[in-house]
Amino acid sequence: MQNPWIYVGLFLLIGIIIPIIPIAFSALIAPKKPNPIKQSTYECGIETVGVSQVQLKAQYYIFALVFLIFDVETVFLFPWAVSLNALPFFAVAEGVLFILILMAGLVFAWRKGMLEWV
Amino acid sequence: MAASQIIFIFSAALIIASAVMVVSSRNLIHAALWLIAALFGVAILYAVLDAGFLAVVQVVVYIGAIAIMFIFAVMLTHRDMRDSGVQVNPGWPLAAVLSLLTFGGLFAILSKWNGLGNLPAPIPGTTNTLAQLGLALTSPDAYVLPFEVASVLLLAALIGSVYVAMNKK
Amino acid sequence: MNFLSDPIKVISTWLTSLLTGWGLSAGLTSVLLSLVGIVLMITAVMVLDIMLVWVERKVVARFQGRLGPNRVGPYGLFQPFPDIIKLIIKEDITPDGADKLVYNMAPIISLGSVIFLWAVVPIAARIYGADLNVALLYMVAAGSLGTLSIIMAGWASNNKYALLGAFRQVAAMISFEIPMVVALLIPTILTGSLSLQVITDKQSGGNWFFLLSPLGALLFLVSAIAELGRSPFDLNEGESEIVSGYHIEYTGMKFGLFYAGELLHAFTFGGFLSILFFGGWHGPAASTYPLLGVFYFVVKAMIGYWVIMWIKYTVPRIRIDHMLMFNWKFLTPLAFALLIVTAVTNSLLKGSSFYMPGMFLSNFLLGWITIEIMRFSSRKQRLAVKAPEPAVQH
Repeated sequence: MQNPWIYVGLFLLIGIIIPIIPIAFSALIAPKKPNPIKQSTYECGIETVGVSQVQLKAQYYIFALVFLIFDVETVFLFPWAVSLNALPFFAVAEGVLFILILMAGLVFAWRKGMLEWV
Repeated sequence: MAASQIIFIFSAALIIASAVMVVSSRNLIHAALWLIAALFGVAILYAVLDAGFLAVVQVVVYIGAIAIMFIFAVMLTHRDMRDSGVQVNPGWPLAAVLSLLTFGGLFAILSKWNGLGNLPAPIPGTTNTLAQLGLALTSPDAYVLPFEVASVLLLAALIGSVYVAMNKK
Repeated sequence: MNFLSDPIKVISTWLTSLLTGWGLSAGLTSVLLSLVGIVLMITAVMVLDIMLVWVERKVVARFQGRLGPNRVGPYGLFQPFPDIIKLIIKEDITPDGADKLVYNMAPIISLGSVIFLWAVVPIAARIYGADLNVALLYMVAAGSLGTLSIIMAGWASNNKYALLGAFRQVAAMISFEIPMVVALLIPTILTGSLSLQVITDKQSGGNWFFLLSPLGALLFLVSAIAELGRSPFDLNEGESEIVSGYHIEYTGMKFGLFYAGELLHAFTFGGFLSILFFGGWHGPAASTYPLLGVFYFVVKAMIGYWVIMWIKYTVPRIRIDHMLMFNWKFLTPLAFALLIVTAVTNSLLKGSSFYMPGMFLSNFLLGWITIEIMRFSSRKQRLAVKAPEPAVQH
C-alpha cells in the first residue's frame, strides 16, 4: 500500500462500525418498556432541580487556555526533536530557548495565581 | 487517481455540510460538535495530500484543544443553550451576492490557471519530510526567526489570557 | 518464503494470487486484503478485551484479599461471557431530556478512539497495521477523540453529576496531556523518528530506552494513568461523590462499551509503555520468529497493565485542585526540564562511549534535584500551615 493513510482511513471506518454492532444487536433483542419514572434523571434519589446543563466555573476555561498554548508549543517541538540528531549545537540551543521562553510564561501564570483552583 | 478524488469529494461535502450546520444550528453545543466534524474533514484532506503531520496536528490542536475550549467557553457563558432569536440579519441578501461574486471571481481566475489539472509530484519514499521541517525551522538560512517569534507570540497569548482572567475576578 | 519467519506476507501473497486469479484488479485486491487484515486485527483486540474483564476482576480481587470470579469455567475464565450476555439483554434506558444522537454516539466514539490506536501498534516483527511516520502524534490525536467522547457523554445525559464528572475528567485529561506529549518527545529525540516501528527497532538487543531515560518512562506512566482516568486520578468516577460521573445514565451495552474502552485503553497504554521504553516485541529470537515477538509484546504490555492496576487499587483518589496543581506546578516543569536535559546531553555525548551512562546519570541527577526541591518546599509548606490547637475540655 503506497499511502498508509488509506489503511488508517479504512481502520477508522471499521473501528467505528465494530462498536456499533453490539449496540445494534442489543437494540434488537433487549426488552423495551419505557415509563416516565424509569427514564427520570438519576441524581442520588433526589428530584432534579433546575436545568441540568449548569454553568461551570471560569477555572475550567482558564486551564483550557493554558493547555492550548502548551499544546501548540509541543507541536512546534516535534519537528525539532525529529531532526535533533542532525542539528548543530546552536540549533539545539534554539529549541531550548523556545522552551525557556514558554517556561517563563508558565512561571508568570504561576506567580499571578492563575494555576490555583479557586 | 479516482480513489483520491472520491475521498476528496466525500470530505469536501462533509466540510461544507458541517460548516452550514455550524451556523444554522440553534443549539450551541451542537454547533461546536458540527465544527469538530468540519475540522475533521480538513484533516482528511491533509491526509489525502500526503501531509500526515498536518493532518494529525489538525486533530490534536483543533479538535483536542480549540474545540474543547469552545465547549468550555459555551458552558461558562450561556445558561440557556437554545438561542431563539432570528438567525439572519437584514443584510443577508447583500452578503449572499458578495459571496457569490467572490466565488465567481475565484472560479474565473482558477479556470484560467493552467496548473489546475496537474497532479502533485509524488514525494520520494526515502525523504523524511518531518526531519526536513525540523531542519528548516532551526536553520538560520530558513525559518529560525519565525520559530523563535512563534514562542514569543505564544508567550504574549499566555500573558494576555492571564490578564483577561485576572480582570474578571 | 517461510511461514514462521513472515506469516503475514505468506498469507497475503497466497490470498493475492487467489483473488487476482478470480479476475480482481490489483488495487481492489490490496484494499480487500487490508479490510480482511483490519477486521481480523480488531476482532483479535476485542477478544483480548473480553478476557481483560476477567484479568481485571481477578487482579482486583487478589489486591483486596478476595478470590474473584471462580465459578464459571476453570478459574472463572468464562465469567466475561455471562457478563456480556447480561449486558446485551438488559433494557437500554435513555433518560428524559437526553440529546439522543449525541448520547448514542458517545460510547461508540469512546471505544472507537481506543481501537484506532491499534492501527499503528507494532505487534511483532513485520506484523503491524500501518507504519505512519507520525504515529506518536496519531496516538495523541486518537486520545483527543476520547476526550471529546467524554464531553459528549456528560453533556448529552442531561444530568448534573454526569456533566460535573465529564468536565472534571476533561480538565484533568487535557492538563496531563502536556507532560505525556513531552514524555513522548524523549523517545523521539533518542531515535529521530515518530514512527513506532523505528522506535522499536532502535531498541533491539536489550538497548531499552528505559536505561537511557528512566525519568521519561516514569513521567509517561504517571501522565498515562491520568489520561486513562484511572485511580488515583479517577475524578470522573468518584463513586462516592458523583456516582460514576459521565456514564451514570448509561445502561446495558452502552455502559459495556465505556467499560470495555477503559480496560482496553489501560492495556493499550501498557503496550505503548513497553514499545516506547521497554523494547516492544524485542526479545530472544523474536526477529526471526514473529509469533514469538507477539508473545513478548503481550507479556510486556500485560506487565505494564498490571502496574497500572497495581497503582489503581493501592492509591486513594486525589482532590481535583491537588491533581491540577500536581500537574501544572510539578509534572509539566519537570517534563520540560527533562526534555532540555535530554536534548542537550544527547547532542553533546552522541557517538561517544560515555553516551549511555551519561544519559542515565543526567536523568538520575535531575530526579535527585527534583526530590531535594520537593523536600525543601514541602517542609516550607508544612511550617506555613499552623497545627490546629487541641480542643479545650471544660
